[in-house]
Amino acid sequence: MTNVALDRRSLLAAGGTVLATGVLVSAFPGLLVPARADGLAPTQSMSGGANNYRKGAAIVERIGKGGFWMSGTVRRAGDGAPLAGQRIQIWAHTVEGQEHEPQSHGATLTDKDGKFRLEMPQIIPIFGQPHGHLAYDSGEFKTVFLRPVMRSAKETSLEAHFVLQPA
Amino acid sequence: MREWKSARAVLIWVALVLAIGVPIAAAAASEQLAWRGPVYILAGFAGIIALGLVLVQPLLIGGYLPGLPAYRGRRAHHWIGGALAVAVVIHVAGLWFTSPPDMIDALTYTSPTPFSPFGVTAMWAIFIIAVLALLRRRLGLRLRTWRIVHIPLAIVIVAGSVVHCLLIEGTMETISKAALCALVLAATVKVMIDLWRRRTLRGESVPRH
Repeated sequence: MTNVALDRRSLLAAGGTVLATGVLVSAFPGLLVPARADGLAPTQSMSGGANNYRKGAAIVERIGKGGFWMSGTVRRAGDGAPLAGQRIQIWAHTVEGQEHEPQSHGATLTDKDGKFRLEMPQIIPIFGQPHGHLAYDSGEFKTVFLRPVMRSAKETSLEAHFVLQPA
Repeated sequence: MREWKSARAVLIWVALVLAIGVPIAAAAASEQLAWRGPVYILAGFAGIIALGLVLVQPLLIGGYLPGLPAYRGRRAHHWIGGALAVAVVIHVAGLWFTSPPDMIDALTYTSPTPFSPFGVTAMWAIFIIAVLALLRRRLGLRLRTWRIVHIPLAIVIVAGSVVHCLLIEGTMETISKAALCALVLAATVKVMIDLWRRRTLRGESVPRH
């Protein structure tokens, strides 16, 4: 049996150390956080992002008659390198159809800088918020569903950015 | 004196009809309707009408509506309460039909829209009161017990409905919507104060046996 000697002095010292560490951590939060060797964190799917998703929307020049721009970037988690040729699916409730209808869906590919841009009909408020849906689901990276909300229903463009991690 | 009374009665009813009618008319003129299906439109208007009924309820209980004092007002309150529950069912069913995944998110409190949990909570409060009201006699709930249950749930309904409605970007026009919400809050606060006053007055004047 080990005899643990806990006298008042050692308790006070221990307490003091804990206290000092606490003060230090709250004053300099960077001190005890491990260095960000991982770099850019992957984008998490947003709640409700996958609603009314249809698998395999075709790559199109433009959804419907256009007039509204959905754009964004696709990068790799960690080093943030732009990912070219990635397929992004886009859908929304627009002036030309409801969210679940096939004509409201389309897909596009990112360019060499990892950027994508697809013209689509004007998004209108549905279920109380003017919002769009985007998906990356090609399998090479983990699937991500986004649901960005427009600041105002009058806006004619919307952005969404993907940071993908290997599947 | 009598003339003033009848003029006042007409004014109160006209004000009530305007408070509920103007937001409905403004929503009916919304350009958003052009891009919605009939079921979605029906669901939206069921929600607006439900908010209008939430305004009528405290007015009836307070006896503020001319021609509907105490007893008759309370009977009307029961029927309007039933209509409110039906309106909410139409609202939720219509939205479910329009976009099932969005409605499931709302009902399970996992929706990304901040207004959904307020509406769903108010809905449950409405359903609880409706069921208890139907069973009140069978359960043998006394008026006092009934009020202890009903008043907190009524506050949940009013607060939940108002926040739900104000945060939604839809067919309702902003000013008429805000005005209706303000009236719902004002009517509720007034009836709560009046009920509390009446209770204290009675407590002082009637000796306990």
